[in-house]
Amino acid sequence: MVKALLGLCALVSVATTLGIVVALFLPAFEFFREVSLRDYLTGTEWAPLFLQKSFGVIPLIVGTLSVTIWASLIAIPLGLGAAIFLSEYARPRLRATLKPALELLAGIPTVVYGYFALTWVTPHLESAGLDVGVFNALSAGLVMGVMIIPTVASLSEDAMSAVPRDLRYGAYALGSSKLQVSTRIVVPAAVSGIVAAFVLGISRAIGETMIVLLAAGQQPNLSFDPREAVETMSAFIAATGAGDVPTGSVEYKTIFAVGATLFVMTLIVNAVSIRLVGKYREVYE
Amino acid sequence: MSIAAANVPLQSGRKRGVWRGRIFVALLVLSLLVGFVALGTLFFDVLSKGVAYVDPVLLTNSPSSDPAVAGARPALLATLYLGILLILFTVPIGVGTAIYLEEYANRDRWYNRLLELNIQNLAAVPSIVYGILGLAFLVRGLGLGRVLLAGALILTLLVLPTVIIAAREAIRAVPSSIREGAYALGATQWQVVWRQVLPAAIPGIATGSILALARAIGETAPLILIGALTFISFNPTAMGPFTALPVQIYNWTKLPDPEFKALAAAAIIVLLIMVLLLNAGAIWLRNRYQKRW
Repeated sequence: MVKALLGLCALVSVATTLGIVVALFLPAFEFFREVSLRDYLTGTEWAPLFLQKSFGVIPLIVGTLSVTIWASLIAIPLGLGAAIFLSEYARPRLRATLKPALELLAGIPTVVYGYFALTWVTPHLESAGLDVGVFNALSAGLVMGVMIIPTVASLSEDAMSAVPRDLRYGAYALGSSKLQVSTRIVVPAAVSGIVAAFVLGISRAIGETMIVLLAAGQQPNLSFDPREAVETMSAFIAATGAGDVPTGSVEYKTIFAVGATLFVMTLIVNAVSIRLVGKYREVYE
Repeated sequence: MSIAAANVPLQSGRKRGVWRGRIFVALLVLSLLVGFVALGTLFFDVLSKGVAYVDPVLLTNSPSSDPAVAGARPALLATLYLGILLILFTVPIGVGTAIYLEEYANRDRWYNRLLELNIQNLAAVPSIVYGILGLAFLVRGLGLGRVLLAGALILTLLVLPTVIIAAREAIRAVPSSIREGAYALGATQWQVVWRQVLPAAIPGIATGSILALARAIGETAPLILIGALTFISFNPTAMGPFTALPVQIYNWTKLPDPEFKALAAAAIIVLLIMVLLLNAGAIWLRNRYQKRW
């Protein structure tokens, strides 16, 4: 009796997954009855709300990747650096204060980061002499990178802390410096967890919405130029969903087609991470 | 002789090593600092622009096209209601799932392993996708409409995996000797869970739930999708249209008028105070009641 009731609670998350799959793919299939999958995946113009409709998703994917690349360039090196410091150099008490403080970065609501990117970072990029537009991929990407630092740092640090002390002591006994122990022993030994942290960070960047909606613009753009405005998949979904598109219209169904594309992309990224982790995992006794 | 000759390159090599080590540490500290400097800049920027607008008008007035009298009362109230509903929905379902997985489920069964994998995967699904789920099923499918309850349900599903994972860790941390002791005294499985395991796991569960609440009240994208981006000048009800504080911030930030940007900064201060207080509360709770078995 109790077990059945508790099992029912557990079923909620199964129902959520099923719900997501059905909610995304059923309307997406209907969409692809009206627009050919080939035009969608290979088309280079995205204009679903214009009179002359066009449904090529590539500009949205380029926009998403453009922002994600800048976010990764910030978050991966800085997150890894922070993790090495916390795991190998910081004393326990310093780590106990720094780690929650760093995680505060991940707790700031994304709309606040969006505000910051639009009203502080972009003007400062301009005054630094960069020819950026009011909306641009660079400022959204940089701020998103800062937001993801704790994700990368925290998971990488966990992986490094799990490397057995003996490996470090062995390397020290052979005359290694702390730098050598960190970069040649600990990081390689923890590489599966570190890569998983990178990939999780990237997958968060792909799906992040508010920063790009506010700071990167809503203009489909087939360009990797970081100074230009782009529209990401997530920004398109939010902007179109917020508007009053009539249920059942092609415009309405684009939300689901793009949502399904985003969902599949994050799934692939996550699957790659699981594969990598499995491949390079070191098993210690 | 030969020893001295061998010493020279060795020592200069060591010196180089020392410098390399110092530069390396400096780089590591720098990478940690970037995040903190960015956070500090953000706080300073928002405070300097918005603090003049944090006043009774902001807290008690309705939004308006005139920035001088515009406030965020409906959005604030809605965020409050969303938070209360969220806790009411999330905690029982999340803790129930965690108890099922930790205390009742047989790990060897394929469906229980699938359940665990499913929860891990759900935690990585972008929040905007939950918005799509809400739009398709709650707002249009069930015909619930663009109401506050739909928002609360979507936020519940969004943070449920986090709560489940936190609750499982808290339950797992209760040593099995406590369970075995209770069984030895003739307790049933439910009595063990209800009177021994759960009370011991409450601090961990509460910490996880508060962190989930802090995350949920800042969520914007899924609420925009289910229609929270509207002009609301009256107090929200569970079955009525709504807007929430982060959505109000988005709305004001988008407007070109710099006075509305300052209002957005003021609303951000209010939101950040709420989020930071919740985070601080969670950390305090964790440190205060953390048990070492």
